[in-house]
Amino acid sequence: MKRSGFDPVSAEAFSKRFRIVGFLIIAVTVALVMRLWLLQIVNGPSYRIQSENNRIHLQDIPSLRGLILDRNGRLLVANEPSFDLYVIPEEIQDPVKLFSNLRYLVGIIPEQVEKRLDGNNLRYPFKPVLLKKDITSEQLALVETHLFNLPGVLIQVRPKRHYLFGPSACHLIGYMGQISENQLKSGKYPENKAGDLIGKCGVEKKWEKYLNGLRGGEQVEVDAAGRTLKVVSRKPPVPGQNIFLTIDSKLQFLAEKNLKGKKGAIVAMNPNNGEVLAMASSPTFDPNRFVAGIDRTEWNKMVSSKDYPLQNRAISGLYPPGSVFKIVVALAGLQEGLLDPEEEVFCNGRYRLGDHTYRCWKKWGHGEVSLHRGLVESCDVYFYTMGRRLGIDKMAYYAKMLGLGRPTGFELGFEKQGLVPTREWKLKRWGIPWQAGETISMAIGQSFLLVTPLQMASMISAVFNGGYLYRPKVIERVGKNGKDVYHFKPDPMGHLQIKEENLMLVRKALIGVVNEPHGTGRRARLKRVIVAGKTGTAQVINLETEKGLGKKADLPSGLRDHAWFVAVAPAEHPVLALAILIENGGHGGSAAAPIAKRLFKAYLEEG
Amino acid sequence: MFDRRLLKNFDWILLLLLIIISAISVLNLYSATYPLRQAGGSVIFMKQIYWFIIGFAALLFMTTFDYHLLGRLAYPAYFFALALLIVVLLKGEVRSGSQRWLSLGGVMFQPAELMKIALVIALARFFSEHDHPNGYRLRDLWRPFLLMALPCGLIIKEPDLGTALTIGIVCFSVILFAKVRLKSLLILVIGAFLAAPFIWVNLQEYQQKRILTYLSPEMDPLGAGYHINQSKIAIGSGLVWGKGFLQGTQTRLHFLPEQHTDFAFSVLAEEWGFAGSLILLLLYLFLMLWGINIARTSKDKFGALISLGVVAIIFWQMAINVSMVTGLLPVVGIPLVLFSYGGSSIVSTMAGMGLLMNISMRRFMFQ
Repeated sequence: MKRSGFDPVSAEAFSKRFRIVGFLIIAVTVALVMRLWLLQIVNGPSYRIQSENNRIHLQDIPSLRGLILDRNGRLLVANEPSFDLYVIPEEIQDPVKLFSNLRYLVGIIPEQVEKRLDGNNLRYPFKPVLLKKDITSEQLALVETHLFNLPGVLIQVRPKRHYLFGPSACHLIGYMGQISENQLKSGKYPENKAGDLIGKCGVEKKWEKYLNGLRGGEQVEVDAAGRTLKVVSRKPPVPGQNIFLTIDSKLQFLAEKNLKGKKGAIVAMNPNNGEVLAMASSPTFDPNRFVAGIDRTEWNKMVSSKDYPLQNRAISGLYPPGSVFKIVVALAGLQEGLLDPEEEVFCNGRYRLGDHTYRCWKKWGHGEVSLHRGLVESCDVYFYTMGRRLGIDKMAYYAKMLGLGRPTGFELGFEKQGLVPTREWKLKRWGIPWQAGETISMAIGQSFLLVTPLQMASMISAVFNGGYLYRPKVIERVGKNGKDVYHFKPDPMGHLQIKEENLMLVRKALIGVVNEPHGTGRRARLKRVIVAGKTGTAQVINLETEKGLGKKADLPSGLRDHAWFVAVAPAEHPVLALAILIENGGHGGSAAAPIAKRLFKAYLEEG
Repeated sequence: MFDRRLLKNFDWILLLLLIIISAISVLNLYSATYPLRQAGGSVIFMKQIYWFIIGFAALLFMTTFDYHLLGRLAYPAYFFALALLIVVLLKGEVRSGSQRWLSLGGVMFQPAELMKIALVIALARFFSEHDHPNGYRLRDLWRPFLLMALPCGLIIKEPDLGTALTIGIVCFSVILFAKVRLKSLLILVIGAFLAAPFIWVNLQEYQQKRILTYLSPEMDPLGAGYHINQSKIAIGSGLVWGKGFLQGTQTRLHFLPEQHTDFAFSVLAEEWGFAGSLILLLLYLFLMLWGINIARTSKDKFGALISLGVVAIIFWQMAINVSMVTGLLPVVGIPLVLFSYGGSSIVSTMAGMGLLMNISMRRFMFQ
C-alpha cells in the first residue's frame, strides 16, 4: 500500500476543515444543552408535576351510607356487601380457557369480555378491569371455589344499598339512582362523581347530604402498567348520618298488609304533634330493583303503568273527600251560628233545588235529623240544607282553615295541595260563575273538592287535639354515635279559629259515628277503646251517570266510589289519627272502617 | 513491536475519558435495571460490566499494531463484515421482530456494529488512495457509495433503521470531509429530496408512524407519542439536581420505555438533573474534540480519516440519541453510544477508540 503522508497543501486544507468540524460539534452540543435547559430548568416544574401525576393515582374509598331506621331503632335500610368481578389482564394465562370458564360460571359472554379488555390491556395491564358488577351469591360461591383455576380473576367488595323490607315504606324511603349529568353540573353535589348513586326520591333524596357521608380516598403509587405498589396517603371515609323515622314499622307493615291488592293510601299520625307513624301507599315498588340500575323496559313499565306505583298516594293522590267533608260544614255552621245543633231537618231522601233533585244516600230518607244524627248517619239532606245556608264562601273559608286546599308542609317532596273551589277560582278556571247546585254537592264533599289522605289525617287531628294543625313529619332524628344533628320538634302551622264547644259537639258526633247503632263507621268499633271517625264515599262519577249504569257493585272497578275513613282513638285523649283511602273501594263504612279497626286494635290494644 | 516510546505516547486522557463515561454508564444502568432486579435486571448490569471489560481489552488490542496494517486489511475486513450481514439475514436470531443477532458460542453479537468500523477503515483507505485536491465528482465516488449502500441495504432489511441511518450518515460525513465538488453536492442533495418519497413508501408502517408522531406528537398521546412524552417528562422532572440515584420515579415505575437501551440518557437526566446531563454531554464533547485533535495531528490522511470516522460515529449517535429522547427527533432506535446497554456496540466503539489511540500514539513516529 502506498503511504500517503500529508503534503503541506492538503494538511492545511484538512486543518481548516477540522476547525469547521470542531465548531459544528460544539454548536450541536450547545444546542442539546439548551434543549436540556428548556426541558429541565424552564419547563421542569411542569414536568415534575406530570411525573407525580404519572406516579400517583387517586382511588376512591366509598363512604358507608347512613342507615334508615324506624322510631324504635328497627333497621329498615342498610348496606350490604356487593361483589364485583374484575380481571387483571396481565395475569390472565389462557384467555380462551378463562373466558369459557367465566361464561360457564357467571354467564359472561366472551366477546363482551374481550371488547372490554381491548385497548385496556396495553396501557395498564395490571389495572383490574370490571367484568361484572354485583354477582349473585351463587355465582360468588362458584367463582370462589374455582378461583385457583381462574388466574387473573379478582373479586372486589363494595357496599350496596339494601332495603330490608323491599317495597315496605318505599314511597317514604325512596330509592337510589345514578346521578344525572344536570345534577353533577348543578354544583349541589360536590362530593359526587359520574356513576355515583344518589337518593332520587323520598328520604333518600331529601336527606342525601346527611346520608351520603364523605368519600375517602387513597393516593397509591402505581407503575406504568397500573400495578399498585404502595399506599402513599389515605383519607378515611366518613360514614353518613343515620336517620330515624317517626314511622312505627309494626303499624306500617300492618297498614301495608291491609292495602295489599288494593289501590289506596293509609296515613297514621300522632294527632298531638304531627309525627307520621305510618304512611302506606299501594301499589308499591321494590327500591332494591333500582340499586343495581333498573333496566329501561322495567322502568318504562313502572312509569307508564296506570296504577302509578311510584306515586305516593298519601301525599299526592287527589280525591274528593266525600262525606268526610261534613266535618267542615258542621264546624263552619256551628262557628258561624248558622247551625243550631238542636235544629232538626227532615230528610225524605231528596233535596230539591230549582228543578234539580239531590238525593240522600239513604233512599227512603232519615226522617227528622239533628246535627248529631246528621253526622252519625251521614245524612246528605241535612248537609245539603246547611251547606246552602252557609254558601260557598264560608265553606271554602273553613275548609282552608282546616288545612284543605293548601300544602300540609310535609317535608318530603311531591306533595299536592288539593283544591278548595271558590267563586273566583270557578270563574277564572272555567269562565262560568259559581252555580247554586255546586254549593249543594260541595256540602257533601263532592263538586270540585280534592284532598290528599295526609290533609285528612291532619284535619282530623286538629279537630281532636284542641285545634292545632301540625306540620306532618317523618324524621324523628338524624345523627350517629349518639350525636344528633337534627331532632324532631312539633311544628304547629296553624290554630283553628273555632270555639272548643263547637269542636266538642263534632267530636261527640264522630264518636257516635263509630259507636252508635246506626253510625256509618260502626265497623271500626273497638271494645276497650273509644274510636271516633267519619266515613266518606267519594263519587268518581256523578249520580246522574250512575243511574244509567245499574247497581254499584256491578260497576267497572275504575268507576266505583272511593272509600274513606278518617278517625282518631282513643277519643278522650287521642294518640293515633288515621286517614284511610281505598280507591274504588265502595263504601267508606265497609271498605275503610274495618281497616281502621285493625290498625287501632294493633296499636292501642296490643301495642 | 512494543516500543517504550509507544507507552510514553499512550493517550492517558482518552483512556481516562472513556473510563469515566463507562463508569457513569454502569452506574446509570444499575439504576435503570434496578426495578427489574428480581427479574434478572442485575444480569443486565453485570453483563454491561463484562462488555466494558471486553471493550477495553479490544481497545488495548487495537493499539498493539501499527494502524497502517489495517490499510491492507481494509477491504477483506469490509467483505468479511458484509458476509456476516448476509449470514444474519439467513440464520440470525430474531428478537422482537428483527433479525440482528448472530450467536457466537452463546454470546450475541450484531455484525452491523462491526460494519461501522470496517466501513470507516474501508472509506479511509479509498480516500487516501484516491486523491482529488479539488474535490471529488460524483463519478469518482461510485465506489464509496457502493461500499456504503450494500451494508445499509442489508441492515434495513433486518430491519434496523437506526443502525443503517448511523452508518449512512457517518459515511456521508467522511465523504463530505474528503471534499466533494459543489456541483456534485447539489446534485446529491436534490437527488436525496427526490428519493425521499420512495424511501417513505419502503419504510415499515411503524417507522412511518414514528415519523408522523414526531411531526405532531399530540396526534396520539397514548400510542407512539407516549414514549417521547414519557421521556420528556422523565428528563424535565429531573430539574437542576435530579431526583437522586435510584429515585427516578419515571424509571422505577417503568414509565420510560427501553430505559436501559435507547432511553438510558433519560434515566440519567431524571436522577441527576440538568447538572448530571450537562456533565455527561461535556464529557462527550471533550471526547469528540480530543478525537478531532488526534485526527488533525495524525501524520497521514489515512489516520486522519479513520479518526474523523470514529468521531463521526460517536457524534452522530450521541446527537441523534439525545435529540430523540428530548423530543427533537423521532424515535429512531439509536442507543447512546458507550452509555446504553449493548455489547456489540460497546466492543466495536471501544475498538474504534483503540484505533484513535493507535493513531494518537503513532503520530510522532517515523519509520
